[in-house]
Amino acid sequence: MGLTLIEKIFKKKSVNKKLNDFIYAKVDFCFGNDITAPLAVKEFEKAKFNSVYNSKKIGFFCDHFVPARDLKAANNVKTLKNFAKKFKIKHFYDTNICGIEHVFLPEQGLAKPGDLIIGADSHSCTYGALGAASFGVGSTDLAAAIKEGACWFKRPETIKLSYSGKLPDWFSGKDLILYTIGKIGVSGALYKVMEFSGPVIKALKIEDRFTICNMAIEAGAKTGIIEPDKKTVKYIKKVAPGIKNVPLLKSDKDANYSEVIEFDISSLKPQVACPHLPSNVAEVDKLKSIKLDQVVIGSCTNGRLKDLAQAAKVLKNKTIKKGLRAIVIPGSRKVYLEAVKKGYIKIFHAAGFMVSPPTCGPCLGGHTGILDKGEVALATTNRNFIGRMGDPASLVYLSNPAVAAASSITGRITHPAEIVKKVPMDERRRTKGRGRLSS
Amino acid sequence: MIIKGKVHKLGKDINTDDIIAAKYLDSQDPEFLGSRCMENIDSQFFKKVKKGDIIVAGENFGCGSSREHAPVAIKGCGISLVIAASFARIFFRNAINIGLPIIELAQAEEIRDGVVIVADLAKGVINDKTKNKIYYTKSFPPFLEKIIKKGGLINWIRDKNNKVR
Repeated sequence: MGLTLIEKIFKKKSVNKKLNDFIYAKVDFCFGNDITAPLAVKEFEKAKFNSVYNSKKIGFFCDHFVPARDLKAANNVKTLKNFAKKFKIKHFYDTNICGIEHVFLPEQGLAKPGDLIIGADSHSCTYGALGAASFGVGSTDLAAAIKEGACWFKRPETIKLSYSGKLPDWFSGKDLILYTIGKIGVSGALYKVMEFSGPVIKALKIEDRFTICNMAIEAGAKTGIIEPDKKTVKYIKKVAPGIKNVPLLKSDKDANYSEVIEFDISSLKPQVACPHLPSNVAEVDKLKSIKLDQVVIGSCTNGRLKDLAQAAKVLKNKTIKKGLRAIVIPGSRKVYLEAVKKGYIKIFHAAGFMVSPPTCGPCLGGHTGILDKGEVALATTNRNFIGRMGDPASLVYLSNPAVAAASSITGRITHPAEIVKKVPMDERRRTKGRGRLSS
Repeated sequence: MIIKGKVHKLGKDINTDDIIAAKYLDSQDPEFLGSRCMENIDSQFFKKVKKGDIIVAGENFGCGSSREHAPVAIKGCGISLVIAASFARIFFRNAINIGLPIIELAQAEEIRDGVVIVADLAKGVINDKTKNKIYYTKSFPPFLEKIIKKGGLINWIRDKNNKVR
């Protein structure tokens, strides 16, 4: 019996080189953020540990409650800063360098195909998009890994999800993953790995792949993963120019999957997740009557350059609905700078958007866009649980950036085609690629 | 360990934002986090819980974020055991790692709110005397049993006799 991609990585990294039911494996990188890492530091200090396994393979990314929203948040950043100084942690990033961890970390070349990565943040599954085995863990896991350079895992089963068909207009990685979660449910992949494959995945950009793997956790998955290909190699060579060999591990043809699910996406429309679960999905056209108080474009799910580009295409020469709050949050300093150079920020500004510095901010109800009782938001974020963006009586809908942009213009949930009659060049190119996709 | 406590029944897909809202994650204080436990879905939860009580929930308990503040908040408000039809993965490992007792029980749905139950963790037996019903639970795999017996991950990795490492 062959092995899946994730099993191959586990076997390689396991301390005893075996694939037992439980695996103790070495990690290539471990990290936390300004809310999870302080708790790890507390555990580390409580245990009276006095050394770290490798100061170059540990990361602290300050992104959730920064720029420090209050005194406590400032204190947490300081805790990390002091720890980093004491143990000479190379990858400590405060506000002025960092961005949202899952946007920033791959930009720095810190995630590569075949790596085993753990992050004290549930969306650490994002790097599966590059063919890394990457898992969200807790703060005590992080404390132990900082000391030992290893982590325990249950050997996971893998579900293979294969996507074929013609990519519909305005349909992105976000729509593909929302559609999938809608089909299998928020516990549909519990404890399992979601391996995304098929011609549609191959045709999608790396940024869409990040979005897809990012939300695997919303189906309960241990992680999401995509076999690395030419696009992955190109991306890695760009972010880590020194790298010589990019390992292209693949699942064996006779690998054992717990389930194989095939989807044809040809007839789908952009998807929107309604309150209060990411699985509560409907096609955008069905929600035309939902009026909005706030639109947020950003997050570790959809805060990359491609996401801002997609929204800017819709917003060009338009203005947002009077009375609506609209916030755009570039995912990192690099994304921000590129978005300035390409003119997207100018478009957002002219349309009436507030441009925030890179931060997780409103996604988890932290700051920069908290909802009051009864308010309704459409966001390109990843969760719409009760009270996620503020008051327990507020509502959050989730969509792709183009839908969010179109909806900011009308003030209600809107299909981008309602605003942009002609499909823009980039979208058209993707539409032309239909033949290739279906072959 | 034998745990006896009153049941606080919750539904399925209880997420970590339900357990502890993200706005409180700048705290690492168990007592404070405990006082905000389940606030988004039941603002009176903290007041209802007495030390030693038990949460019984449906499938996918603890889904959502990786915040360890969630099991810390549950412990902090006095809950001694969580029984659920299934657990979300990161919550499951966080509970094991910090030594919050958890039991996966497919029939969790049958146990009613407000009753007093007795759970014998070593034997894997839950006794619901109000129904005269005994539930037998699956034991943890030996690998996890060792971490649990040590009282959590930190003690486990400090154990010099730990052969796995």
